[in-house]
Amino acid sequence: MKRSWNASVWLGLLLVLAGIVSYPVYFARFAATRDFPWVNLPAIAFGLVLLGVGIARAFRRPDAYRGKIFGSILGVAAVLVAGFFFYEIFVMARQLPASHGAPQVGQVAPDFTLPDSTNNPVNLSGLLSSSFAPNGGIGPAVSGDKTAAVVLIFYRGYW
Amino acid sequence: MIAISVDTPAESEKLRQSQGYTFPILSDAKDDVIRRWDLVHPHGGIDGADIARPAEFLIDASGKVRWVNLTEDLVVRARPQQVLAAFDAMNSTGRSSQ
Repeated sequence: MKRSWNASVWLGLLLVLAGIVSYPVYFARFAATRDFPWVNLPAIAFGLVLLGVGIARAFRRPDAYRGKIFGSILGVAAVLVAGFFFYEIFVMARQLPASHGAPQVGQVAPDFTLPDSTNNPVNLSGLLSSSFAPNGGIGPAVSGDKTAAVVLIFYRGYW
Repeated sequence: MIAISVDTPAESEKLRQSQGYTFPILSDAKDDVIRRWDLVHPHGGIDGADIARPAEFLIDASGKVRWVNLTEDLVVRARPQQVLAAFDAMNSTGRSSQ
């Protein structure tokens, strides 16, 4: 009898891998699907289910389905990779220092001078007393009543 | 709006050009300001270097901090509407207190 190559195993694996890769490559670009993996988590879960179904078939009906060995190996690999992905997103991403010493609301922000991307020194207090320069020039935002402010965003870097 | 990271000026300028950003990106390569503001993420960088943990501050014209966002999750950052709302709140209280 012709034994099937067990599409469920291969489709399941494909879905798990696509579910993992598409997070950093695509879904992380949108805040809604980056803050929580609404698309990727179900996709990976479904892929693992498909894999499980395929492996179960291979063991229960080895006369009809291949895959006791390759299914088991791929299944373990998929669980490990999926586990690593979820660990990164749900555990490692939340391992951030408490930063209790960071400037709090009401405190005066410690002044500093740092080079910008063209190596020109930029001073925070100087910025706060300078005027608004459009087109990307150095300058704080200006509201209708000439209230100036600076939005300072610290990034991790490594872009 | 000003961004700060440990990237060198050259790396940041490359990013500005490729993404078309018009806001300044400051380079804190030695983590001086990052450390003084207690925002260090020890060994958080890809090569184990100390980097900044993500943080956003709204600072008014007198240099006072009016809004802080210290995310507890790397993938969750302040949305633009949150920053704008903080800015509006600052303006409405600022006028009455000054």
